[in-house]
Amino acid sequence: MFDAGKVLPGLVIFLVLMTFPFWYAKGRSAPPALPLDTPEIQKLSVKECIEPAPYMKASHMELLNKWRDAVVRDGNHLYANHEGKKFSMSLSQTCLGCHSNKEKFCDACHNYSGVKPNCWSCHVVPQEGRT
Amino acid sequence: MNFSRRALLKIAGISLIGAGVRPALEALGAGESPKTLASPNRLVGKRWAMAIQTQKCPAGCRECIDACHQTHNVPDFGNPKDEVKWIWNEPFKDVFPGQEHRYIDERLKEKPILVLCNHCDNPPCVRVCPTQATFKRQEDGIVMMDYHRCIGCRFCIAGCPYGARSMNFRDPRPFIKKINPQFPTRTKGVVEKCNFCEERLARGVMPACVEACKEKALVFGDLENPASDIRKLLQAQLTLRRRPELGTQPQVYYIM
Repeated sequence: MFDAGKVLPGLVIFLVLMTFPFWYAKGRSAPPALPLDTPEIQKLSVKECIEPAPYMKASHMELLNKWRDAVVRDGNHLYANHEGKKFSMSLSQTCLGCHSNKEKFCDACHNYSGVKPNCWSCHVVPQEGRT
Repeated sequence: MNFSRRALLKIAGISLIGAGVRPALEALGAGESPKTLASPNRLVGKRWAMAIQTQKCPAGCRECIDACHQTHNVPDFGNPKDEVKWIWNEPFKDVFPGQEHRYIDERLKEKPILVLCNHCDNPPCVRVCPTQATFKRQEDGIVMMDYHRCIGCRFCIAGCPYGARSMNFRDPRPFIKKINPQFPTRTKGVVEKCNFCEERLARGVMPACVEACKEKALVFGDLENPASDIRKLLQAQLTLRRRPELGTQPQVYYIM
């Protein structure tokens, strides 16, 4: 091989740089633990979300976008789910009414996955509301 | 392999039909699909409007202004350059520039008149908005803002002949004395204005300013309903509108 003395160290450097994010992040960022039996959850009388949990985990952002358009654009404030149960479409009241801890519920996953939704620059987290 | 073109096309056609069966079955078996509905206890009107009986306004009264600004988390930046306002007082001569003449009573000339967004039937702010963040609701005529869509271009501020719109040049959160958690705040770079308390009408209550007025100087109602208080008022009295010659068809009526 021509220039093996340059090519091989070059390859090694290339591989190290390419894989840097993987071994650098290892151990530093564990996926958030999501306990489902916290005292807050035990206190709730209804332990089911408005739609099945897998759908909410995968598509809550699409649902919230639909809610936004329905409330602001169409003036519809009620959401009827698959079972026909009705809920007021409100992020601060309905969602955070049960999911009362924004840091642990919203931010834990959003921080881990590097998502920065800008909901909270306007919408008020109930506890943060100054009275 | 012995396979005619004809046979291949047949099989391909049949398998295409087959591929459509599953989604069709799933759609049939899914039961009720989720939907959004208007709340049953909302106030229903075809053309909301307001009449302001200025003779009933006591001097120096700010009840309606404070109620509105508290309800809607309107910030107080403390300087007129950054001022954000939904409802406020303006001297008569500036509210009705066409009504002023040299013999007008000096006291009337400077009398503070309550002003707010006129929720025009022909709103210039809606025409100029490039993102449709400002739009007129077809069902009740309210000129609404979708703060999610506002890009802060301020065309609407230039378009509105009544100065009813304010821009958030800075983050408003630290300048709100008491945040009402029932209503969102705005963010830097967004224009805001009166929404005729759309969120309260949806809950079945009157606008905050109307509710706060102890003198009952503000009358809110549906102009399309001949039995409404506002229609009776407009029939009984001569009313002024702000700069009607512009053709914006403002829907706030003044009784002097």
